[in-house]
Amino acid sequence: MFYGLSGVRHNSYVSDSKLFPVPADRNAVVFFLLLGLAAPYLVSSLYLNSYILPWLIWTAAVLGLNLVTGWAGQLHLGYAAVMAVGAYSAVHAAKFGIPWEFALLIGGLASSVIGSLFAFAALRTKGLYLALTTLAMQFVMDWVLTHSPTIAGGSHASLQSPTFALLGQDITSDAGLYYVAFGWCVLVTIFMLNLRRTGLGRALVAVREKDFAAAILGVNSFYYKLVAFAASSFIAGVSGAILVATFYFLAAPEQFAVNVSIQVLAMVIVGGLGSILGSYLGAALILLMPGVVNQLFSLGANLLGLDLGIETLAHIPNAAYGALIVIFLMVEPLGLGKLYANVRDYLMVWPFDQLKK
Amino acid sequence: MDLVFLAELTVNGALTGLLYSLFAIGLVLIYKSSSVPNLAQGALTMLGAYVVLAFSHNMGLPLWVAIPLAVVIMFFVGIGIEKVALRRLAGRPVIMILMMTMGIDIFLRGTTLAIWGGSSRSVDLGVSYEPLFVGDMLLSRIHIVGASVALALFVAFFLFFRSRLGIRLRAISDDYMASWSVGISVERGVGLSWGLASIVAVATGVIWGEIQGVDQSLSILLLKGLTVAVLGGLDSIIGAIVAGIILGILESVGSFYLDEIVGGGSRDLIVAAVLILTVMIRPHGLFGRHDIERV
Repeated sequence: MFYGLSGVRHNSYVSDSKLFPVPADRNAVVFFLLLGLAAPYLVSSLYLNSYILPWLIWTAAVLGLNLVTGWAGQLHLGYAAVMAVGAYSAVHAAKFGIPWEFALLIGGLASSVIGSLFAFAALRTKGLYLALTTLAMQFVMDWVLTHSPTIAGGSHASLQSPTFALLGQDITSDAGLYYVAFGWCVLVTIFMLNLRRTGLGRALVAVREKDFAAAILGVNSFYYKLVAFAASSFIAGVSGAILVATFYFLAAPEQFAVNVSIQVLAMVIVGGLGSILGSYLGAALILLMPGVVNQLFSLGANLLGLDLGIETLAHIPNAAYGALIVIFLMVEPLGLGKLYANVRDYLMVWPFDQLKK
Repeated sequence: MDLVFLAELTVNGALTGLLYSLFAIGLVLIYKSSSVPNLAQGALTMLGAYVVLAFSHNMGLPLWVAIPLAVVIMFFVGIGIEKVALRRLAGRPVIMILMMTMGIDIFLRGTTLAIWGGSSRSVDLGVSYEPLFVGDMLLSRIHIVGASVALALFVAFFLFFRSRLGIRLRAISDDYMASWSVGISVERGVGLSWGLASIVAVATGVIWGEIQGVDQSLSILLLKGLTVAVLGGLDSIIGAIVAGIILGILESVGSFYLDEIVGGGSRDLIVAAVLILTVMIRPHGLFGRHDIERV
């Protein structure tokens, strides 16, 4: 119906490996791209900068984690620490007078270097042990941030970010900041979309599925793990820097603490491992859910005449957040991306779905 | 720096370490039977302490009634978690299992705090806060009580794993398929190990709740418990005890020297360093089995 495959015939490998083999997918992407470009004129600036902007930046970060966890299959519980490295180096560089374009690059590269250290853990261990090592590294990074005033910025442990500027132009307007986040998210998305069409992406998937088998096929699994960690850390670093520069305006250690690492991983899981669309949906769900749940509960309490304490209301979103992860893993372990794919696969052949069975 | 002080640091460190072992035993029980790293043990510990409090403070029951009641309830909570959430993930990649236990952790923590509130409370075990003098050393009474509970639990589990039921659990941890084929119900065994771990969580929650108050910080024990469990070998209870003592001493003596250099708070750093070094150098820990896969 929406995804009519009739008339779509691929006669060569090149056309078969196009970015969007189904025209409907391409049209949908173009539509959402235009919608994203027009967003500042469609949405009030309150929604634009307090919901859509952080959503786009977190999506970019989630895509980065998906690269290492979803594609290369390496567990990473210290992602927020890597984002912190990028954010702090970029802000320090910008304070030092380096233009923001290069500051972002410095942040990304610094993250890459530190993030590759995590890859050396991946060289020796995998699965649970890799998760524990990265978790420990996250704690070390937290400790460094809270115990070194030179990095974290004095006794208040907060670091003011200088005014964001690109190409010498100060960017202060709401729409301007939004476009920065939008541009970065689109860049990362294009990179990730193309990744699965390249040898690199296929090698990563081979490493994920079975690293011995990949090694037998001549895929150097350590090299590809290192590449995955470095690339994902670069994305993490720049995302962290942009997050601080356009959203928080202030870098503080608790913005990149352990629970943030877990939150990003939850976005990946809820969205679906290795799914790009899922990264968007997962980030949106996890970011929006606490507010919505709180609204619902206070509404429900009002309707029923119950008096819920402030403390209770404060902790209910947390419980709902945990429940969300549990329910997703129980019902659809491959997340929202898979749910969408199911619908799409069904509609692709509709009304001739008997042909599939 | 005199020897008595060093001895005091060591003994107190070892006692604290045994309290970490108490936590780690819960992790080991579950990992041993089902190879599930239970990141929800921190939340279970917290929940256990809150359930005891709910009986003793809110309902006014004496502690010797409240604690057994909490043990029974938590036993079934543990079995329930395994049955509802973990069983259907058997055979899935470890990331999903990890994330599931983490989700349960967040959920339990949120629910517990939503019901009982986050303000810190004490259990009032009736152990005096007066320090105990052994020669010239000052020891904390509650730490001694906790350490004895840890050792008692160790002995209890040592005996338990020699009973008929315990041998069944050991068979399950050796080989799923083989135990299935000789008629052992693997599901029930794994459920039982979750129940036992939840009982351990009650003990941990009560002791730690007495030491630092019952609040959210109970679930932060997770990193230390994990470190102890990994250092001991994840599937060895004696390993958890020995590793707990080692980590406790390292932490207490090490942080005394390190704090002067780095300006305080080096305890967490030592724990993280021990965890990283263990995984890098000897991933199967001190007493764990060697079948842990290296890349």
